[in-house]
Amino acid sequence: MQSSFLLFVIFTLMILGYLAGRRRSLAVARMSRGPDRLHSLPAYYGFYAALWAGIPALFLLATGVFFQDWIITKLVVADLPETLRTLPPEQLGLVMNDIRNMATGNIVSTEITPAIQLAADHYVRLRDLYSTATWILVTCISVLGIIMVRARISPTLRARNRVERIVIVIMMVFSSIAILTTLGVIFSVLYESLQFFRKVPVTEFIFGTEWSPQIALRADQVGASGSFGSIPLFAGTLLISVIAMLVAVPIGLMSAIYLSDYASARFRALTKPLLEILAGIPTVVYGFFAALTMAPFIRNLGERLGMEVASESALAAGLVMGVMIIPFVSSLSDDVINAVPQSLRDGSNALGATRSETIKKVVFPAALPGIVGGVLLAMSRAIGETMIVVMAAGLSANLTANPLESVTTVTVQIVTLLTGDQEFDSPKTLAAFALGMALFAVTLVMNVIALRTVRKYREQYD
Amino acid sequence: MTSPANSTVDIVRAGLPKRYARERRFRLMGMLAIGLGLVFVAILFLDIFSKGYTAFQQTYVRIQVHYDGSVIDPAGTENPDTLAFADYMALLKQSLREVFPEVTDRRAKRDLYQLVSPGAGQVLRDRVLANPEIVGTTEEVWVLANDDIDMLVKGHIDRDLPESNRRLDDRSLAWFDRLVDQDAIEKRFNITFFSSGDSRQPEQAGIAGALMGSFYTLLLTLLFSFPLAVGSAIFLEEFAPKNKWTDLIEININNLAAVPSIIFGLLGLAVFINFFGVPRSTPLVGALVLTLMTLPTIIIASRSALKSVPPSIREAAMGIGASPLQTQFHHVLPLAMPGMLTGTIIGMAQALGETAPLLMIGMIAFIVDVPQGFTDPATVLPVQIFLWADSPERAFVERTSAAIMVLLAFLITMNLTAVLLRKRFERRW
Repeated sequence: MQSSFLLFVIFTLMILGYLAGRRRSLAVARMSRGPDRLHSLPAYYGFYAALWAGIPALFLLATGVFFQDWIITKLVVADLPETLRTLPPEQLGLVMNDIRNMATGNIVSTEITPAIQLAADHYVRLRDLYSTATWILVTCISVLGIIMVRARISPTLRARNRVERIVIVIMMVFSSIAILTTLGVIFSVLYESLQFFRKVPVTEFIFGTEWSPQIALRADQVGASGSFGSIPLFAGTLLISVIAMLVAVPIGLMSAIYLSDYASARFRALTKPLLEILAGIPTVVYGFFAALTMAPFIRNLGERLGMEVASESALAAGLVMGVMIIPFVSSLSDDVINAVPQSLRDGSNALGATRSETIKKVVFPAALPGIVGGVLLAMSRAIGETMIVVMAAGLSANLTANPLESVTTVTVQIVTLLTGDQEFDSPKTLAAFALGMALFAVTLVMNVIALRTVRKYREQYD
Repeated sequence: MTSPANSTVDIVRAGLPKRYARERRFRLMGMLAIGLGLVFVAILFLDIFSKGYTAFQQTYVRIQVHYDGSVIDPAGTENPDTLAFADYMALLKQSLREVFPEVTDRRAKRDLYQLVSPGAGQVLRDRVLANPEIVGTTEEVWVLANDDIDMLVKGHIDRDLPESNRRLDDRSLAWFDRLVDQDAIEKRFNITFFSSGDSRQPEQAGIAGALMGSFYTLLLTLLFSFPLAVGSAIFLEEFAPKNKWTDLIEININNLAAVPSIIFGLLGLAVFINFFGVPRSTPLVGALVLTLMTLPTIIIASRSALKSVPPSIREAAMGIGASPLQTQFHHVLPLAMPGMLTGTIIGMAQALGETAPLLMIGMIAFIVDVPQGFTDPATVLPVQIFLWADSPERAFVERTSAAIMVLLAFLITMNLTAVLLRKRFERRW
């Protein structure tokens, strides 16, 4: 909470800086006969001072907060008695945890030895010292910035140009966050995956057909060596996604065709938003529906027909996921169908084709690349969809093509492996990151191909 | 006139009925597709509504309570701490025994106490703390009934089932019927649902904690993502040189918009929590993840809003001597703002309904307290729905549905606002 208060202080100083800069510039202008002698409007001198009051201070604060724990830990460790300091790193980490817990007033796991008590006191002292130092430094830097700008204000200072350059640089930094996000995803997932592959061979992960990530806690435990073959997961994902696409593509495509080529404007204006409601419903709601309504329904239906249906069948999850994707397919195909030039339709109609013939023989082939792109995008969304399958699909990895059986998916496994207690060196946790990497790679390739196809297709008729 | 010239027409004519039939079939298929889509919407809403509307009412039991001083405050100190930690459940148990004096053996007594919620003593405690004078007096209090009783009242427990398949045995049903005869059972508006946090007891569980968590998370997400998105949209659309680098950024943003949301959860776990040490389960880390997730949506919308502002506006501003940045901030941005806000609202609606990435960063924890700030452990509404959907108690089904109704109400309001905003301020140049 302290650093958030410091943020507030910096913000106040920025406002003060603005006022000071503005006043100073007006005073300078008065000395040199009138504000028209200033290079920029007075407000820009104010902004300039405010930026100098804010940016370096914020930067310093961020660095300070980031390194706080590291620095204090180093200092405390350096002051620990010899017996504790020379412990192996893992045990030292535990000791440090105890010290930290004591310092923050949490429950400590072990008994308190005087040495640890001493270290905890030391920790608290250092932390207070550190935060006071941060406070003073940040405030000083901020005030110094204001003073410096104020001293340099003169009619010839090109305040507007400087402020604008800073603002543009800030916007540039903002826009590179998108790149940073992608890099962050790639590196974080890759790093943990590499650690995983150090423990489990890549070939087993890619070609293995058995998935049971339970690791033996004791050496003599039976049958829990842990096997990490991802094929059943991808097969399950594929099965559910294909069921979803079998629902979504015909319904989505046909409704897009009907809405764009048959429906009256009024019908379209009424129906389209109603269908798009499906896109706005959170996935957790679909999951609830799939688990509590669809799955029992299918199970009862199957029992009446004399078939054996698992209570977490792939069919239930797939059907509901298909419903979720309908508006996605329909709005993407609506776009591409509308992009087909009217002249093509007119030409076909003039030759005496019926409307459905025009659509099937002219519009559809012309729009095909776009539609394929849209279906690919929808497929990648189905593969990455999480909540529906977490709630309605099973946990056990079956390698089967029977939609009435229970299968599990990549996303389900990521969620189950990463919720609950985790240690970051067990292959179980790391496996989730390897799965995440595979998922990211597959969807990325599909998205790139799909987006490129759609874009090329659009250019063709533009 | 049976010249061969007619033969083409004849062939065409002969084929016409078939072709028209095919046309009709095709058209019918289109209508069927739309019909199916609409039916799905209707089923979904009806299903949720029919499951959830009962949760807005809750069963209460009227009990005559004697605020026994020897139980609440044996020493007679009137010390608030003593009053706060007294065993109020004992008072309720005492009253229940008085209503059913024939119940004597231990197991029967335990079943008897199950008529009221285990947290029902809370009401008595609040009343005593608010007014310590009432110790020693007797009054009638309405307390929360247990979830099984609640389900029975709402008709979710079938009395005709054999006793062993029922949540309530015959004896409990008899007690319940006697309470009904005494007019001691009543359904009231369920305030608990809106005022309390999560609980293991369905009758005590509420969405207040999740709502506050969602509020804090969404507020931070908005604060982070709006300036970031607008800044990058302006830079990319108006200032960036068209080169390989900006092409890359563009492709990248489009791709990020299609990356599965769970991947952002992995990123949050690995980067924000493990590397930067942001506290787990807090609105802060949730907002960081959701910001990265919604950023592409808002950037794409903002860029198209900027694109729709005609160049003449920019040229006019430049013509009278505005600098490029002044042109943007004084003239282009105000005109593009409605479009940007629409995109932002849609992005926020997405963030409000998102669940999967938040599971990765620990917002799935069981948290009873209503969060008070950005760094308190919290959960959000969709995650609460997920947690309740997993609970085995029948009473949680209606609560889950009710929470979904609340969530959908928020989402529909947000989307409607976006649509109205677009309608109201949309400009054709």
